[in-house]
Amino acid sequence: MKVAITSTGNSIESMLDERFGRCSYFVIYNTESKSTEIVPNPNKDAENGAGPASLQLVASHNAEKIVSGEFGTKIKSLADSLKIQLVVVKEPKKVKDIIEMLNK
Amino acid sequence: MSPRVRKIRKVFNPPPVKGFKPYGSDTDGRKTEPVQLLFEEYEALRLCDYDFYNHHQASVIMGVSRPTFTRIYASVRQKVAMAFAEGRQIVIEGGKVYFDSDWYHCKDCKCYFDNPRKDVEEIVCPLCGSKQVANYEIEDEMPDAGDNQHVDFCVCVSCGYKKPHQPGKPCSNEICPKCNAPLRRNVGRRRRGRLNN
Repeated sequence: MKVAITSTGNSIESMLDERFGRCSYFVIYNTESKSTEIVPNPNKDAENGAGPASLQLVASHNAEKIVSGEFGTKIKSLADSLKIQLVVVKEPKKVKDIIEMLNK
Repeated sequence: MSPRVRKIRKVFNPPPVKGFKPYGSDTDGRKTEPVQLLFEEYEALRLCDYDFYNHHQASVIMGVSRPTFTRIYASVRQKVAMAFAEGRQIVIEGGKVYFDSDWYHCKDCKCYFDNPRKDVEEIVCPLCGSKQVANYEIEDEMPDAGDNQHVDFCVCVSCGYKKPHQPGKPCSNEICPKCNAPLRRNVGRRRRGRLNN
């Protein structure tokens, strides 16, 4: 299963980005092969519609879960219809820590 | 004048299948148009006849007014009856809806998550796998919840054991944990009225 984690930088040492639509990078982590793929977010500076566009990007990578600090109002129903699970982490954490938690 | 824009309806449980097909020799060879059931109509039927909500509670769940809900419900009854009577297929698609699901909170890693897959019974935290999860209510929006829910009790006739009645689960299927006798339904509100008199 693939999990998308929002990241502030392009390595797994970076902090979790607390925004979903306008995060800097997505770290796509594959729980089976334990591999990560880092995808830059083209919607970082979008004026509107960043959330749905980012969700499409994540969905095109076949991710089934998204870990972020916050999701916008448009995301919930779209994610529900795509059967993508949303996970909100309020505490500041590194992407590496999230991956460790997923491996447990 | 253009008609008023339809309010968007909230659907909690997407249907498990895309539709239904009739079988039997009478339907073979005849080509009939399928009956199109909208998502909101499916949800109305599920809330009313499967989860036993009344129209008022169900209308709040779906985010529409009570009369609108009754209209959706009337339309689904008519469509299902038509499909049965004419031996037509049912397809569930379309409608002005958005999908919604409940939020949960994990006590171990302090994260919040939702559960879009309704078929998964046991809910575990998606991050740490902990089972210490609780339903996280953003707002309580059931209108009659305090009044109408849990006023009914399943009671044991022989020892007086009592527990709140769960809608959709017949009391006679439940068994008293103290004396193993089947439970009976007792309507709380009527009982209270009798005590007051």
